[in-house]
Amino acid sequence: MTTSTSLVYLIALPLAGAVILLLAGRRADKWGHLLATALSASSFGVGLYQLSQMLSRPTEERAVTQKLFTWISVGSFNIDAGILLDQLSICFVLLITGVGTLIHIYSISYMSHDENRRRFFAYLNLFIASMLLLVLGDSYLNLYVGWEGVGLASYLLIGFWNQKPAYATASKKAFVMNRIGDMGLSFAIMIAFATLGSVSFSGVEEASHTASQATLTAIGIMLLIAAAGKSAQFPLQAWLGDAMAGPTPVSALIHAATMVTAGVYLIVRSHFIFDAAPTAQLLVVLVGAVTLTFGALVGTAKDDIKKALAASTMSQIGYMILAAGLGPAGYAFAIMHLLTHGFFKAGMFLGAGSVMHGMNDQVNMRRYGALRKFMPITFATFGLGYLAIIGVPPFAGFYSKDAIIETAFNAGGIKGILLGSTALLGAAITAFYMTRVMVLTFTSPERWEKDQHPHESPWLMWLPMAILAIGSVSTGFLFTRGDSLVHWLSPVFGEHEAHEEHFLPVIVVSGLALTAVVIGVSIALVKYQFSDVDAEAPQNVSIFTRIARKDLLQDSFNESVFMRPGQALTRLLVKTDDKVIDGTVRLVGTTAIGTGSALRKTQTGFARSYAVLILIGAVALIAGIWVVTQ
Amino acid sequence: MSPYNYLYVAGLLFTIGAVGVVVRRNAIVVFMCIELMLNAANLTLVTFSRINGTLDGQVVAFFTMVVAACEVVVGLAIIVTIYRSRRSASIDDASLLKR
Repeated sequence: MTTSTSLVYLIALPLAGAVILLLAGRRADKWGHLLATALSASSFGVGLYQLSQMLSRPTEERAVTQKLFTWISVGSFNIDAGILLDQLSICFVLLITGVGTLIHIYSISYMSHDENRRRFFAYLNLFIASMLLLVLGDSYLNLYVGWEGVGLASYLLIGFWNQKPAYATASKKAFVMNRIGDMGLSFAIMIAFATLGSVSFSGVEEASHTASQATLTAIGIMLLIAAAGKSAQFPLQAWLGDAMAGPTPVSALIHAATMVTAGVYLIVRSHFIFDAAPTAQLLVVLVGAVTLTFGALVGTAKDDIKKALAASTMSQIGYMILAAGLGPAGYAFAIMHLLTHGFFKAGMFLGAGSVMHGMNDQVNMRRYGALRKFMPITFATFGLGYLAIIGVPPFAGFYSKDAIIETAFNAGGIKGILLGSTALLGAAITAFYMTRVMVLTFTSPERWEKDQHPHESPWLMWLPMAILAIGSVSTGFLFTRGDSLVHWLSPVFGEHEAHEEHFLPVIVVSGLALTAVVIGVSIALVKYQFSDVDAEAPQNVSIFTRIARKDLLQDSFNESVFMRPGQALTRLLVKTDDKVIDGTVRLVGTTAIGTGSALRKTQTGFARSYAVLILIGAVALIAGIWVVTQ
Repeated sequence: MSPYNYLYVAGLLFTIGAVGVVVRRNAIVVFMCIELMLNAANLTLVTFSRINGTLDGQVVAFFTMVVAACEVVVGLAIIVTIYRSRRSASIDDASLLKR
């Protein structure tokens, strides 16, 4: 394995930015955002340099490592803090630093009126550093540090405007739900260490060949819980919608392009475990399939543009998890969809931010309309992202989503047909709700509130959007040309024999997917473009709409099943603590006080009575001695 | 004469002193009774010294006398001060520590 000494700069540069900006305080207000952007960009530069180095080496020597220091050394248990940059990590490194830098640039303008802009950039840099640590760690324990770091950054940024109580609650909700996932990850690490004796990726992979089925299944399920928490997958999905409380660049970077895909990374990185544990793999597929439908259904009912996009993110990550659960055939496609999604969804979120910027922070799409004329660049970039996500050829989403649908159909038997149909249905619903977002925002008649003066955003904001839009157009083609991404990643996952027998011919699957898209788009057009839309959300709607508006009752379920019994349990414990434990302590105190006040009565203050007592005592003592010695 | 008679005298003196401390209220009298008890103790020390034929008891008796002399100085000063401020030398009146 090749070693390198320059990998650490990838993480160290943005981390230094976070530290400097947080320690320098108000003094850095003038130049903090520029420093943060420059450091993020230089980290991207290091990433590009590493990529060029990697390309100049033969395939089997492309992965590089760097040992930073010995972290834990207890007897035979040794953990090094080490960095592993292989073909899989470099994809993430470039996505994180590339999209991250663009979003830094966008935020310079977007946050320019916020007096805490420096703190915002410090947190963004902290996020970039943690996310890089997550994808570059060479063991589960190193990954865990980054995993917690991005959780912290996400919490800080969702609650960035924490003067609004609802936003502060949203950040807490995200943090708490993520903790459940984090617990899964720590259990997975503990099980791996206890049974396989190692926590490094290479060590676990080696030990997994001889490990028992039950062990691997247990680790796999724990990893799946971790992935579900971080990636907002069923049943831990409820935090993502509320996470939209954060500033829009945060939603674009953390809650669309990078952090929420960490779960996909975790599953793909642990491919050796899931390949050997079919039960866990089946659960991964189920979680993916359920979430992609769940997110899509929620997306159809949301009027808040950011929440509609968040539901869409959830659904798209469902596709990635589904692909990751399909085994060696799907890993590369999961990563491909992850990368293309990183481009088009980040671009669309930035577009949503641009729309909000021009509409006085209005997020209700029923109050938009006709913005195409006023924001041509936003319309164009958002539109390209839109074409990419619904999967219109030749945009990026067409290649990546089609590949996943195809792989799902090829999974074999009834399972393949069910998964494929779910993915197709998801594609149709995606086309419907994304068209709805597009039409309500840009092309339908205007339904603005008073005093709205929509205007195009400054170039600092539209430039990143334009670059991301180019990515949304071109990446799918680039990744699939000659199966380049699949071949690039194959050393990580090991060569697998390609499925020669297809359940359906490729052209038929593409045809079905396109038909689904056309159906979805047509319904949305009929409903929203060619008929009037109310500026207020209609209340006399069917029960299904109402349930979808309430996120398919996810919060009601969590509250009644977990929150209220939890609160009851807490109250019971508080009462037990108060009555039993504190009661015992208080009893000791009262006894001492009572005994004391009873004894106090013997202290009369009369010197003569003391003298009598002393006399009696002395006589008793002498009598005692006399009796004993007699 | 048997040296044990000195011990009986010492016991008698001690008892008189002890009873005096307990039953009398006048601080001066109580003080004198304490001196009586001290001297009873001194007498026993000297007697046993004589019986055993060693000097230890006599040495201790001297110490006791020195300490008693100091104690008289301090004690009388306290009693005089209390008398001046309270116009009473009754020890039952000086029971302020009760509260």
